[in-house]
Amino acid sequence: MKQKKDLWRNFLRRPESLTLVALLGLLVFNLFFTKGFFTIQIRDGHLYGSLIDIVKRGVPLMITVMGLTMVIATGGTDISVGSIAAIAGVVTATLIGGDFAFETGAVTASRVPIGIAVAAGLLVAAVIGLWNGFLVERIGIPPLIATLMMQVAGRGIAELIASGKILTIYYKPFYYIGSGWFLGLPVSIFLVAVLGILIWLLLRKTAYGLYLTAIGLNKTATAFSGIKTRAVVWSAFVFSALMAGMAGIVTASEIRAADPVNLGLYLELDAILACNLGGNSMKGGRCNLAGSIIGAVLVQTLTTTIFSKGVPSETILVYKAIVVILVGMIQVTNWDLVLKRRGKKREAV
Amino acid sequence: MRLFKTLRKHHFNTEHITLWAAVIVFAAFFTFGSIRYKNFFAIQTICNILMDNSHLLIVALGETLVLVSGGIDLSVGALIAFNFTASAYMLTELNLPLPVVVAVVLAVGALVGFLNGYLISYKGFQPFIATLATQFLTRGACYMISTDTIVISHPAVLKLSIFKLRMPGGYVTFGVLVALVMLVLFYILTKKTKFGRNVYAIGGNEVSAKMLGIPVKRTRMYVYAVSGFTTSIASLVFAVYILSSYGLHAQSLHLDAVSAAVIGGTLTTGGIGNVIGTLFGVLTTGVIQTIITFQGTLTSGWPKITTAALLLSFILLQRFIIWQRNRNRKGKPVKMLQKEAASE
Repeated sequence: MKQKKDLWRNFLRRPESLTLVALLGLLVFNLFFTKGFFTIQIRDGHLYGSLIDIVKRGVPLMITVMGLTMVIATGGTDISVGSIAAIAGVVTATLIGGDFAFETGAVTASRVPIGIAVAAGLLVAAVIGLWNGFLVERIGIPPLIATLMMQVAGRGIAELIASGKILTIYYKPFYYIGSGWFLGLPVSIFLVAVLGILIWLLLRKTAYGLYLTAIGLNKTATAFSGIKTRAVVWSAFVFSALMAGMAGIVTASEIRAADPVNLGLYLELDAILACNLGGNSMKGGRCNLAGSIIGAVLVQTLTTTIFSKGVPSETILVYKAIVVILVGMIQVTNWDLVLKRRGKKREAV
Repeated sequence: MRLFKTLRKHHFNTEHITLWAAVIVFAAFFTFGSIRYKNFFAIQTICNILMDNSHLLIVALGETLVLVSGGIDLSVGALIAFNFTASAYMLTELNLPLPVVVAVVLAVGALVGFLNGYLISYKGFQPFIATLATQFLTRGACYMISTDTIVISHPAVLKLSIFKLRMPGGYVTFGVLVALVMLVLFYILTKKTKFGRNVYAIGGNEVSAKMLGIPVKRTRMYVYAVSGFTTSIASLVFAVYILSSYGLHAQSLHLDAVSAAVIGGTLTTGGIGNVIGTLFGVLTTGVIQTIITFQGTLTSGWPKITTAALLLSFILLQRFIIWQRNRNRKGKPVKMLQKEAASE
């Protein structure tokens, strides 16, 4: 009996448990109120259904959140992820080229080998991450201001590269990343799984995750203990930008176009919300990767649920903002105090 | 006595250097434009800049106050868009009388400001996340009203929009007058009132301010409320200026406002700032935009990049000044120790 209680208490103590419960709650809601939510069909050897849709559409967010968690763990923020995604998408689209061959109805070859195009997009994203990190660690600009500048400048750069147009991608092999199938499931899910495992290894099996949380808890003490805080924080920004770039490329692949104005728009809100839901306080000191990914799935499920109720896409902003505020308030509340008052006075101080 | 002199010198250095830097940069850009283009060198040019940016100046005044308190307000652009769309909607679709519309707009601004302030002061939210959430809340609410363009055709508003005051050298519009009045009010608020001094104290060192007995939480909440209220006034000016609302407007206004304040000498870390500097920050941004317009080769994306680049250069300048000051400070004790060691 006592073991069960301890298990239960341990489960509740973990911040992502609440998120998981909320997610399950949403799914149950959909089970009752949305027809055919849980149906999964098999067509052409591929799995289709609302659930698959949620995961597939949530891939860019999940990827972004993996990188953003690192920056948030150090106590910083990166609100330029949306703009970085746009830049990466636009760069890759420009390099692939948009010539439309009317005879075959498709582009036979891309301007630059697809591997190089994708690599270039990622490289540009990484360079921006280097720049952000430089401003924060070398120049000493608060992360908020540094990434705020990049958020606006990045949109400008994306518009500049795309000459203000929406770049359509006609090159079929590129679609594979965002809309292709492998073993019956969307390719992007496998991408998230592989990336997730790699990053989890980085954070848990190396000291990197420990360094990130240490810096978030007390940067000065960590610096004095001999850890190169500058390098760690700088690299966190590079990772965040890199992930954002990948998210942008996946989105471009899924939509088959790169729109400098709308690609990744409001991605930063979703990403920060997802990280918060995953138990990563904005003050830093927590690097909860699993929580962030669960948070991303929750945000995506929320979005899909609201959409399926017929709410126009603009209004979703309001609901998301309300959720951000609610989550923030829950995080700030000292739950130990609240629960202690309600529970029996059994625990000795 | 010596301590007093040193303190005065300290105050003089940081705030006034950055202020003068803003004035000089503005003068430099203005001179550059005047040399390069005909018809540039005229008081009317400055009047034009003020006319086009009066709403930005008003918002930047509120933003300066927030920055000085050590925070930031990212919701200003969305608030302007919302107020703008709401007032257009109320005037044209609901046919509400003008005073009612004005009252509603001002009330909404104050409300949003109080919400920001409450979340930040009493609920422990970080300023950027609270105002980011408010930004999306207001932007979404704006879209809920309308994403299409609504044209304002109210006779009183139209009269105000073509109102011109003749001045030596040129003319100014209603918006400019409102902006200048707000500037004077804010100067009095920041420099001559207890509230203003409290805000500077909080921005400088929150713990010290608390120990001095300053009501930190309450003051901070009022700071954001003032920012929201000021933004509402700006949105009224904007409505008069543009006369047709579009929900997607003012996407990066928060950056423009922060940029103007920073160029004018406000430190992003708080505690230091000057509304006169903000005026010159707006003028500088405007002058650069005018130069780009005169140049005519404006491709997509450049306005955003130049805004960010300008902000960056001024932040770098601020960092440089602070770095220099810290270096000098650090140098002294070391030199003293070296002297002592040498004389032994």
